[in-house]
Amino acid sequence: MKLKLATVALGAVMAAAPAMADLVVPNLSYRTGPYGANGTQYADGFNDYFTLLNERDGGIGGEKIRTPECETAYNTEKGVECYEATKGSGALVYNPLSTGITYQLIPKVAADKIPLYTPGYGRTSAKNGKVFEWVFNAPANYWDGASVAIKYLLDQNGGSLEGKKIALVYHNSAYGKEPIRTLQELGKKHGFTLTELPVDPPGQEQKSQWLQIRRDKPDYVLMWGWGVMNQTAIQEAANIRFPMENFIGTYWSGSEVDVKPVGAGANGYKALTFHGVGMDYPIYEDMKKHVIDPGKASQGGQFVGSVLYSRGMYAGVVIAEAIKKAQELAGTSQITAAQLRDGFEALDITPERLAELGLPDFGPEIKMSCDNHGGSGMARLQQWDASAGKWTLITDFTQPDQDVLDPLILEDSEAYAKEAGISPRC
Amino acid sequence: MEFLYASEVLLNGLMAGVMYSLVALGFVLIYKASGIFNYAQGVMALFAAMTLVGIMEGRVPFAHLINAAFGVHLSSFGWTVPGLLAILLTALIMVGLAIAIEKLVLKHLVGQEPIILFMATIGLAWFLEGLGDVMWGADVKVLDVGLPQGISETVETMTDGLFGYGFFIDRLDIWATVIAAVLVAALVGFSQYTKQGRAMRAVADDHQAALSVGISLQFIWIMVWSIAGFVALVAGIMWGTKSGVQFSLSLIALKALPVLMLGGFTSIPGAIVGGLIIGMGEKLFEYFVGPAVGGATENWFAYVLALLFLVFRPQGLFGERIIERV
Repeated sequence: MKLKLATVALGAVMAAAPAMADLVVPNLSYRTGPYGANGTQYADGFNDYFTLLNERDGGIGGEKIRTPECETAYNTEKGVECYEATKGSGALVYNPLSTGITYQLIPKVAADKIPLYTPGYGRTSAKNGKVFEWVFNAPANYWDGASVAIKYLLDQNGGSLEGKKIALVYHNSAYGKEPIRTLQELGKKHGFTLTELPVDPPGQEQKSQWLQIRRDKPDYVLMWGWGVMNQTAIQEAANIRFPMENFIGTYWSGSEVDVKPVGAGANGYKALTFHGVGMDYPIYEDMKKHVIDPGKASQGGQFVGSVLYSRGMYAGVVIAEAIKKAQELAGTSQITAAQLRDGFEALDITPERLAELGLPDFGPEIKMSCDNHGGSGMARLQQWDASAGKWTLITDFTQPDQDVLDPLILEDSEAYAKEAGISPRC
Repeated sequence: MEFLYASEVLLNGLMAGVMYSLVALGFVLIYKASGIFNYAQGVMALFAAMTLVGIMEGRVPFAHLINAAFGVHLSSFGWTVPGLLAILLTALIMVGLAIAIEKLVLKHLVGQEPIILFMATIGLAWFLEGLGDVMWGADVKVLDVGLPQGISETVETMTDGLFGYGFFIDRLDIWATVIAAVLVAALVGFSQYTKQGRAMRAVADDHQAALSVGISLQFIWIMVWSIAGFVALVAGIMWGTKSGVQFSLSLIALKALPVLMLGGFTSIPGAIVGGLIIGMGEKLFEYFVGPAVGGATENWFAYVLALLFLVFRPQGLFGERIIERV
């Protein structure tokens, strides 16, 4: 009996041993609930990239990567539960795809010394690495997006927005309110007036907001929406015959999920993005060969190439590159979360490196440092072609207005440092 | 001009109210006939709309499950089904669902406290939510049964000619109003002039008395849940056409609650009038007061309005007066 027990115990240890040596990147995903349709695609892209690395390269630095999923349903409490449940598994980094969850995790990751990577979402002022030692949000944040949208409108109007009217339709939450201060400052600088139109989540009923837009006739409408709010807003805009080319959504209001339900009415709608779109990248050949065709793609690979899939994959790319850099710096393949933070701070994903990865011109250069955790903030615009059923990139990567953004980031991060008793480093 | 703007808001509020009423009707039917507050009504609308899209597009139900279990790559049968036929088939599935609910849930809870039945419908909501996702996938589905959407140019031109300002009315809202009117007329006619309708009212009045005269409680419950399933399908079609078929559709139940509080849980006309008052009230409040308080007042104001009515009529505008003697 003792021999049998010993054999079973040994077997269990042997089975567990390789798993313990893996690089663990928990995937705090949401495939259910009001935002499940969006979260599913992002989670698939995130998983598939690491599957590709495991299948094609044998992992990173010889170490396999595991992405254990935990369902948050985009619910902050569940997100925190997922974090607590997985952090002891050797978790190297978190990417919860939720601003609400991010805000709750910021003090926790600082205490646990685990990096939090929030590309295009989360707390904007986390760009200041002097205060937010464990949070990274490159390549772009909300305020970068707001600024890039205004820069685009400046270009469209010969460099002046004097006297123009811009309406902001936003998700009435911490996320939706993020760009307001930036847009107000940009309004002062460029002379446009900003009308703020909050929409209570989930956002299926927006008649009042769009009747007001019809009456006020703003020159442009910007949107900070998520989930069903996006589809409803685009439908309402089409209903009142608002010119779609003057309607610009943020990163999270610009996926196929948002425009397809509206059909032809969504044609011409524009949205911000911080990465490329479509499948015209060499990486998809490898993805097909090593992940999709062998049946290893997350959910059968049904969303490969979509905007949110691409974004999830891109998050995987940045994390994988940071792991690689951390391994180089630490001189070992089995890195810790603290060593990964060093990897993020030393990260430099050049255009050449992106091309090597099979993603030429997919994203802007990402160069982070001790004080800059947000990269360049460059973003670009895409436009929906309803007849072709695809997004087309219509601008190059554009630098945001750092003269306006930097003081705002400094102000917000310093306020947080004071509140949390953090002494700025670097 | 301000008066015209307010009139436009009022008209759109009334139309939005009709959309809320469509959801509220399902609650009323079940509550009226069985005293059960059906928490799952919103999810039934979602499930019905998902099933309708699945049938129309010829999707293979449980495809993910089948693919994972057998290593195949099924997704579609390769055919499409016309909208009207798909609606009929979905209605049949909702009847099947009603039978299953009666046999597997309600039958075993006869005589239990209302709170137990309410809890059972919460469980049902969770189950249907998961079943819908597993059957048809969690992606956002486009629903097009041929209902028109967008501004009514006729109304715009007419009002422009009359008042010098063209009103915005969504054609989908006009259709919703017509459909709701037909639905209410049919439901009222059914409950007043048919044998089954009278039996339904008898059960609503007194279960024991109805049973004693030979009315089958089982049949009535199946019938009522089937009708509520059909009403859910209609609500699912209208809301699904508006913003795609997706999980959020189940949350439209939240818009129906103030309507029920205001109109009463037991009155079909109450659901309609309640919807109109809520729709109109929330839109006018948002128009006049919203800008001064930062906007986004509609969700909470609907409940405030309903509560104000409750102060004066606790049973709702059309609800049955509750008289309890000690």
